[in-house]
Amino acid sequence: MSNGKFKSAERERVPDPVSESRLAQLRDEAERRGIVTGTGVKPAGAPFPRASEETGYYGVHLLKQPQWTWEIPLYFFVGGASGASAVIGAMADWIGDDYELAKHARWVATAGSGVSSALLVSDLGRPARFLNMLRIIKPQSAMSVGAWTLAAFGSFTAASTFAKLVQERWDFLPVKIVANLAQFASAVSGLPFHNYTGVLIGATVIPAWNKNIETLPIHFGMSGVQSACSILELLGHDNNTALNILGLLASAWETYEGVHLETRAERELRPLKRGASGWVTRAGGVLSGPLPLALRLACLFSDSKKLRQAAAISGIAGSVLTRYGWMAAGRASARDWKLPLEIPDTETRETKPLMETVVEKISAEKVG
Amino acid sequence: MSTTTGFFTDSTLCIGCKACEVACKEWNDVGADGLNWTGFSYDNTGAVGHSTWRHVKFVENQTQPGLGGNAADHMSWEFSSDICKHCELAGCLEACPTGAIVRTEFGSVYVQPDVCNGCSYCVVGCPFGVVQKNENDGRAFKCTFCYDRQRAGMEPACAKACPTKSIMFGPLDELRLQAQTRLDDLHARGMTDANIYDPQHTNVKGTHAIFLLRGSEKAYNLPPNPEVPTKYLKKGWTASAIGSAMLVAGAALAFLVGGRS
Repeated sequence: MSNGKFKSAERERVPDPVSESRLAQLRDEAERRGIVTGTGVKPAGAPFPRASEETGYYGVHLLKQPQWTWEIPLYFFVGGASGASAVIGAMADWIGDDYELAKHARWVATAGSGVSSALLVSDLGRPARFLNMLRIIKPQSAMSVGAWTLAAFGSFTAASTFAKLVQERWDFLPVKIVANLAQFASAVSGLPFHNYTGVLIGATVIPAWNKNIETLPIHFGMSGVQSACSILELLGHDNNTALNILGLLASAWETYEGVHLETRAERELRPLKRGASGWVTRAGGVLSGPLPLALRLACLFSDSKKLRQAAAISGIAGSVLTRYGWMAAGRASARDWKLPLEIPDTETRETKPLMETVVEKISAEKVG
Repeated sequence: MSTTTGFFTDSTLCIGCKACEVACKEWNDVGADGLNWTGFSYDNTGAVGHSTWRHVKFVENQTQPGLGGNAADHMSWEFSSDICKHCELAGCLEACPTGAIVRTEFGSVYVQPDVCNGCSYCVVGCPFGVVQKNENDGRAFKCTFCYDRQRAGMEPACAKACPTKSIMFGPLDELRLQAQTRLDDLHARGMTDANIYDPQHTNVKGTHAIFLLRGSEKAYNLPPNPEVPTKYLKKGWTASAIGSAMLVAGAALAFLVGGRS
């Protein structure tokens, strides 16, 4: 008996006078009444939650989680880079007189708008479904405005790229005018296209998103500017000072955005700071904020291409992670069942829906 | 224009038989969603979604004198048949980019299945978590308010199948009066925790499916202040314009300072 090798039960108990008298009590009651009234069987997950003012409806989350597939955060990234690239290209052409950079920027914008459309179509399932977006124009739907912006941007950018190709061969005045008009239209539509996705997710019922409606469009926009600069740098413009300055401004803004987010304590922002979604958002923040900021500052005093390329790669990775982080945070935010019911949160740790806890316990038991 | 119709769901009359759920699924030919045990309640459905347009909530409470239930050490039950609220200002309808979601002649909010392209933006526009994309089908679905039956002059399937008249259907203004009469009656009989859920104070501006509940709406998973997210648009587009100005100014500055390399 002493030093038994085996665990007799999940929770090993030491017999004591209390436990023994309880067993005796059960025997007495059985003898006396022929039946015992025990405390009953305790099923897995018990005690079960109640539906009440404090506990809501068993912790079932009211809001539905965003159902966008993996293509959409990538679309946010590509669209942001593509829209910003068109603006940078036009500026390089008209102010910087850097025609090589302008040409590459146009190509990035054109390719980006094509990839954007492909990603959207892929999310919708069938190409024809995208055309339904162009049935109507609806100013109160950010999705409708965005679809039209993409359509306009894609057309103008393709036209601009084509006209500039023609201009390279036949530099006549009419061709020049058309090419510049198309480039202007491409840049003007590129402006909303590079940051409308912030409005798109901000104007929803998802608390972590709509709480940031005033900063999200600028945040996503600057993320797009940074990735556009980075892509152009990796395409060979890695000693272009203007791109480094613009990238510097963008990474400075992203650093400010990160600090701004971390120093706010609103409950709605929790998924952006905690759990998997929080860590992805944070990683994205570091890679698109302080890290490229430091590298780009160093590039002001150094001609090292390695430094520039490191800054560019960091900026692109950070920009991609940022979009995936925000998307994951949106899903986590929808699962916070207390927020829409306005139930105060007394727990400090991340609240897990009661339903999930119970279901996990049951499945764990089944497996065990 | 026909009269605006509505649902008045009186939870005090609901017996949790789920006839409305079955009638809804049968009439609308809604797909099965599996035999799953939630494990937390006798409610094994959980919530409305793309394959559940009517959902009977089983609100299990601590025992209270005067409420249903068995022995004193068991819980008390209330039931409430949940449904799309058909908001006066609907988040899903505002968000829909294709015009698939429309306001019908009966004042209800209807998703035209032949127009919906499955962008799922309505899903994050609904403050009640009702509309959902069916991942297999690729389009969004929710209660149609039996648009087909209403056009034929019939009441919706759930209302017709309800054995206790817990689900009442009719002109919305009449139902609102009826709900108030019923509430006054219940209050007079001492059921002081009865109240009507019809959030007219928020920018949803009231719902076409109103509910008579006992106690807090939170126990029924109904939000105290549902909001249509279009209210964020003005701030959002302002920020977008500011961001665009920043890009133009930043790029101009960069090329003026940086010049040609």
